[in-house]
Amino acid sequence: MLQHIRLNRGLDIPLKGVAVATVSKTVTPDTIALKPTDFKALVPKLLVKEGEAVKAGTLLFCDKKRPEIGFASPCSGTVEAIVRGDRRKLLEVRIKADKTTDYIHFQIPDIKAISKEDVIRLLLESGLWPVIKQRPFGIVASPKDEPKAIFISGFNSAPLAADLNFILKDEADYLQVAVDMLTKLTKGSVHIGLSNEDYAASPLYKIKGAQLHIFDGPHPAGNVGIQIANVSPIKKGEIVWTVDAVNLAAIGKLFKKGVVDMSRLVAVAGPRVEKPCYVKALPGVAIKEFLPFIMEGEAEIYGQKVANRIISGDVLSGTKVSQEGFLGYYDTLVSVISEGNYCETFGWAKLFRPKKFSLSRSYFSWLTPSKRYNADANLNGGVRAFVVTGLYEKVLPMDIYPVFLLKAILAENIEEMERLGIFEVVEEDLALCEYVCPSKIDVQEIVAKGIDIMIKDME
Amino acid sequence: MNLLKFTQKIKPSFEKGGKFGWLHSTFDAFESFLFVPATVTKSGAHIRDCMDLKRVMSVVIVALMPAMLFGMWNVGDQHALAFGLTDMGFWGKFWYGFLRVLPLIIVSYVVGLGIEFTSAQLRGHEVNEGYLVSGMLIPMIMPVDVPLWILAVGVAFAVIIGKEVFGGTGMNIWNPALLARAFVFFAYPSHISGDKVWISGLTDNASAVVDGFSGATPLAQATSNIATPDFLQMFIGNIPGSIGETSTIAILLGAVLLIWTGVASWKIMVSCVAGALFVGLIANSLAPEGSYAAYPVWNHLVMGGFAFGAVFMATDPVTSAQTECGKWIYGFFVGALAIIIRLFNPGYAEGMMLAILFMNTAAPLIDHYVVEANIKRRMKPAKK
Repeated sequence: MLQHIRLNRGLDIPLKGVAVATVSKTVTPDTIALKPTDFKALVPKLLVKEGEAVKAGTLLFCDKKRPEIGFASPCSGTVEAIVRGDRRKLLEVRIKADKTTDYIHFQIPDIKAISKEDVIRLLLESGLWPVIKQRPFGIVASPKDEPKAIFISGFNSAPLAADLNFILKDEADYLQVAVDMLTKLTKGSVHIGLSNEDYAASPLYKIKGAQLHIFDGPHPAGNVGIQIANVSPIKKGEIVWTVDAVNLAAIGKLFKKGVVDMSRLVAVAGPRVEKPCYVKALPGVAIKEFLPFIMEGEAEIYGQKVANRIISGDVLSGTKVSQEGFLGYYDTLVSVISEGNYCETFGWAKLFRPKKFSLSRSYFSWLTPSKRYNADANLNGGVRAFVVTGLYEKVLPMDIYPVFLLKAILAENIEEMERLGIFEVVEEDLALCEYVCPSKIDVQEIVAKGIDIMIKDME
Repeated sequence: MNLLKFTQKIKPSFEKGGKFGWLHSTFDAFESFLFVPATVTKSGAHIRDCMDLKRVMSVVIVALMPAMLFGMWNVGDQHALAFGLTDMGFWGKFWYGFLRVLPLIIVSYVVGLGIEFTSAQLRGHEVNEGYLVSGMLIPMIMPVDVPLWILAVGVAFAVIIGKEVFGGTGMNIWNPALLARAFVFFAYPSHISGDKVWISGLTDNASAVVDGFSGATPLAQATSNIATPDFLQMFIGNIPGSIGETSTIAILLGAVLLIWTGVASWKIMVSCVAGALFVGLIANSLAPEGSYAAYPVWNHLVMGGFAFGAVFMATDPVTSAQTECGKWIYGFFVGALAIIIRLFNPGYAEGMMLAILFMNTAAPLIDHYVVEANIKRRMKPAKK
């Protein structure tokens, strides 16, 4: 069943350095890190010791409050280091990887007749459960819940994001198995969102047993939160689960092959990438594996030298990582842009600013719609109070009033936050609001704060 | 020497602990005026649109320019008409007006920015650019003969009571520029009403006037049932009035820029005109012939401060309604109330100022009901 949904609001930011559909390298990982900080609101409990040997599928840590949820190592090797931060907060579990991966083999019953309990048990045992997130709040789902529906976005719309049609082209069988398994977990159905531009080429288009929705519109149409809001908005007390399409394939591999195989294609893209392309890798691989693709040295902007900024994820909601850092658990993109620590003389007063893109017609980037831009991390202005109105709504295809929600969060008014839609959003959904904001307000930080308050309140 | 290098060289002495550390906000304001600062994003959206509040404000300033330039010429033109100076050419009139208006602009900016800088300094904030627009608006809605000290007091009232006590730009309830005008109107009524104040030089030198020249604004003429200039003349704007408000065509040029760049809401402008026409047409159709209420409503749109208020004042994003649906309602009531005040309160000719200030007060209420309606719709149980 096909349902077409037109989304008029949003914005595609044209950046240079889109990944070309070729696989340039297969990373044989040297070190891999699993970071508890990739999972929102997680209080981890360590399950391994330094020097211990692990296989792909060994649980490295679990959720202290829900100990049944474990987090699997994506590779085999030995625990090289356990990195802690302030107040002994667990930051990373580093695995020195073996040359060849040794998998734990799980006993899979006949998948045609498998029960719901077995699906949940296997996902938990294998440590693959955390790929299932729940809305509200975007945290790892709870196996005790029965969600209203499960949503999967079949396309990425964020700037420079990996092309899911390309990275999933050989995974159709696994995707089908995974969808079959997920349908057992919900009382509703599994919903898949596809892009109007290329849905016919998507490996998810031929999936049986799921409801397909075709979205036509700019970013954030590919965000699963936007798709939920436009198909079946979350009300208070309802729970919806989401799985990203790449990890969906990993679920399929578990039930088809009996192993935790999280290998996936990761895009390396951005204006500071020499040859934007795809790399075969695992979640948590070291960023140094990507360095050969990234331009060395510093870029020159307005006569001033600026370094590179490497981001795990997309430029709108990814995480800044150092060259010694590691890829995020859910990320399939490494974006590289320039830092923004340069001064631009009379920047705001210039009639033309041809090097910069803007949604506003007071600059003239609307005259060159096919031009792509070198983005950098400059804030492009000073932080101010909310002044301009109606702008957030232009880039947010949801039926909520974002500024009112943000103000309720700043006032820490829980009842108002609930009424204004905190259950429907996670940070990435409002990332474009943050991008366009002329007052340079850290919108996503405010949303994160709101979600933290809600989670604490519910405990 | 390179300006950037120079700024960076003197920067340390303005930082905390530096020789001029107490001037930190002031230095910061000038630095960020000259250069887009080297601040970088921390997390979240790593890239940001290059639109900032300085740009927003400068678009409004540019949009004000046609009305401002026309106003300067008109000051000279009205002066020439009043005193029979037939040999005063186009540039002569403009130069005369320029010299009359410039002191008002300077006083407005010096007093207003002085207070803004001081208060930013006291609080350790960055200086906000909001006053760049207010400082230009205030002289434009004043009569040209307003004494400078009254202007200064009005500006101080607007900035301190209207804005800073609420926390600065973005936090205020009423439009600061209109508040300045309202303050002057109620505190010094003789300097902002009557027939003399609109023409430069008329207050001090009333005896030298050409016979038959009154200096009354069309609005005042209409109230007392004297024939007003025709529609076209009022649309072009060579009539007595506040400096920037007379020329509807110049204001419309600004409106086009504001709408095109999306800086001001076209919904408010359109619904404001709709509200005025709605009330005006009802009044026109019911009023006995010859009464003020029968005066054609379309003339109201080009007289007095209606056009200026609808384009530059009612659309102030901070003090207007913030929801898109609320903007329609807000604008409609601004227009409707302005005409109601004009028609039914003949002691007070101009209704636009009070209509906007009143609707500024009501805007949060409108937003409240719009948002509540949205919440109610979303909270409804899903259709089965």
